[in-house]
Amino acid sequence: MADDLKTPYSYPFATPAEDAVAMTDGADANRPAGVPSSYEKGDSVRWTPQSLSEVHALSRLGRYQIRGFNTFNQRMPTFDDLTFVPATMTRLPLEGYRESCDTRTVLGNRPGLVEKPIELDIPIYIASMSFGALSASAKAALGYGTSKVGSMTCTGEGGMLEDERQASSTLVYQMTPSRYMLDLEHLRMADGIELVVGQGAKPGTGGLLLGMKVSDRVAAMRSLPKGVDQRSTVRHPDFLGADDMQVKIEELREATNYQVPIFLKMGATRPRYDVAIAAKAGVDVIVVDGAEGGTGASPELLLDHTGIPLISAIRAAREALDECGKTDEVSLVAAGGIRSGTDVAKCLALGADAVMIGTAGLVALGCNSPRYLDDYAALGTAPGRCHHCHTGLCPVGVATQDPELEKRVDVPAASERVARFLTAMTMEVTLLAKACGKSNVHNLEVEDLRALSLEASAFTGVKLAGIDRPYSW
Amino acid sequence: MNRHEVRVADRPLRECNQAIRAGIESGQPVAVTDTRSRHNLGIGLPAGAEVHFDGSVGYYCGGLNNGAHITISRNAGWAAGEAMASGEITINGYAGMSLGASMRGGLIHVKGDAGPRCGVSMKGGDIIVEGKIGYLSGFMAHAGRIIALGGADEACADSLWGGEVWVAGPIESLGVDSKIAQPSDDEIEQIEDLLASRGLDNGSRSWQKIVSAQRLWHFESRDASAWLMI
Repeated sequence: MADDLKTPYSYPFATPAEDAVAMTDGADANRPAGVPSSYEKGDSVRWTPQSLSEVHALSRLGRYQIRGFNTFNQRMPTFDDLTFVPATMTRLPLEGYRESCDTRTVLGNRPGLVEKPIELDIPIYIASMSFGALSASAKAALGYGTSKVGSMTCTGEGGMLEDERQASSTLVYQMTPSRYMLDLEHLRMADGIELVVGQGAKPGTGGLLLGMKVSDRVAAMRSLPKGVDQRSTVRHPDFLGADDMQVKIEELREATNYQVPIFLKMGATRPRYDVAIAAKAGVDVIVVDGAEGGTGASPELLLDHTGIPLISAIRAAREALDECGKTDEVSLVAAGGIRSGTDVAKCLALGADAVMIGTAGLVALGCNSPRYLDDYAALGTAPGRCHHCHTGLCPVGVATQDPELEKRVDVPAASERVARFLTAMTMEVTLLAKACGKSNVHNLEVEDLRALSLEASAFTGVKLAGIDRPYSW
Repeated sequence: MNRHEVRVADRPLRECNQAIRAGIESGQPVAVTDTRSRHNLGIGLPAGAEVHFDGSVGYYCGGLNNGAHITISRNAGWAAGEAMASGEITINGYAGMSLGASMRGGLIHVKGDAGPRCGVSMKGGDIIVEGKIGYLSGFMAHAGRIIALGGADEACADSLWGGEVWVAGPIESLGVDSKIAQPSDDEIEQIEDLLASRGLDNGSRSWQKIVSAQRLWHFESRDASAWLMI
């Protein structure tokens, strides 16, 4: 049975008023039940404002809570648990301000199978985020900004938006299980195709776009009724396991005449096995999206309690490719919660060939910027803690389909911010690489890192700082 | 009229599809022989093409069809005509799982039965199955019509967003969030006309038309402020 169909049971009393269910009696309208900020923090470790408000919220809503942004799980390790150990006596550094460091990045270099591998000037590109989750102006700005610096974008699940194809010099076309507006011409206009089997924010589930964002244009592109709460499928309609996917990949190569690389995007769950199987199925690029990955809307519990952190997933994925002899054939892209060039450099050192940024790119567009404060307040939030992408009422016009709000993304200015941010991130990567003595960012290696915590060492196999041994059992 | 013949056998797939495309470009009908149920034959073929597969084919035959007229003399594996935008595919035997998955337009006509998830995720076009359609047929379809003359297996039309599943014959069970609607005489006439155009005249069919019950279109709570709680 579906999870939210009404049951036929009738109470032996009248249906209660919604106000009564929401516990409005005796309440202060500014402190509604079900919202963490309405509660004082007590002495109980278990019954925090969050856990108390969660029970009140669920007992009112009769469903799980849904929100956007990314995990609020406080226990998730971050890249800050790792540090670089630049060249000192055993190695020579490069001159940080004079000598060059190559950042060129090639994805899907498979002679005979891929005629046109993707060639980027930098090892960073913008993650697959749909038109629907994002406004058309946000998609366009991401496209122009990446084009300026020789990077790329990915369509996300809502089909190919003309604005984005025009803006992005390099564009990957995403094929999710829902196959919204899947079009042969669009496949052939793309520079790569990404099959999605999951995403880091909510692995094991399909896309979610609440009705507030299913506008006329979004509905038309997805052939859905306007305003429905779009809960997409998670299983592909025409293949089930990896053996079938292998046939599907061949179909996509036939459809695009072996011109472009085939990507596979997965949420990080069991990367050691999943990556090996994906490589065996024949894809050219594997994107591993850590549990820190963002999303426009998700049941909150999935954001907070599913998937594994990116720092642990990259090493496992790299080892899987090495073990099955696919390192030279299959590129590895890391994604999920990457905030800076430092994080990027750590991903490359752990074994990624490139990284994909989602939320960081949106922040460059203006997400959570301190403007239009009244509109944040109307959502019960404020710049710095807004995670209300799911409402479609994004105060800065990034995650909305409202034609007025969308205008708050000034496309030329936002494009320039994206370009400058990507440039700055790349400079951060080369600065670290040169300090470690590398003339190519792809030469960063695990030996360049040390772990600052036992956990980070245990998760990644990176040596502990000082003692120079990985934590082991 | 001359036919351009392409023999598949154990030749590399890429070579076979190139030969099929070359035949199409020469303006002749293409006959593909010794097909050996190979996968991925005839992908993304253009309008104006006429391609006949003499034998059975594997997965995704006629996938991403962009207007070609395709006939298959025997059976088709999974997802024949997947994501097709326009054109026609006729399968003289049986069709495997996920026939016409995510198709957006055109017509698929199966003379035997179709496997599970027939018309899964379809966004438009018509599927006619002279026999029975498998379980979960029409799963999460958005638009288009599935027309089954020989009944439907379990969970028929499960989780439809939109579109219609027409069944003459018994339905083992309906899927979640689908309901039987009373078709109007005009609608029945349209269906019968479409069938007659395929040589399937028969005035005595008893139709059940299944549409979305639309309960899964929305979460139960439609109070906009309810989305702002966290």
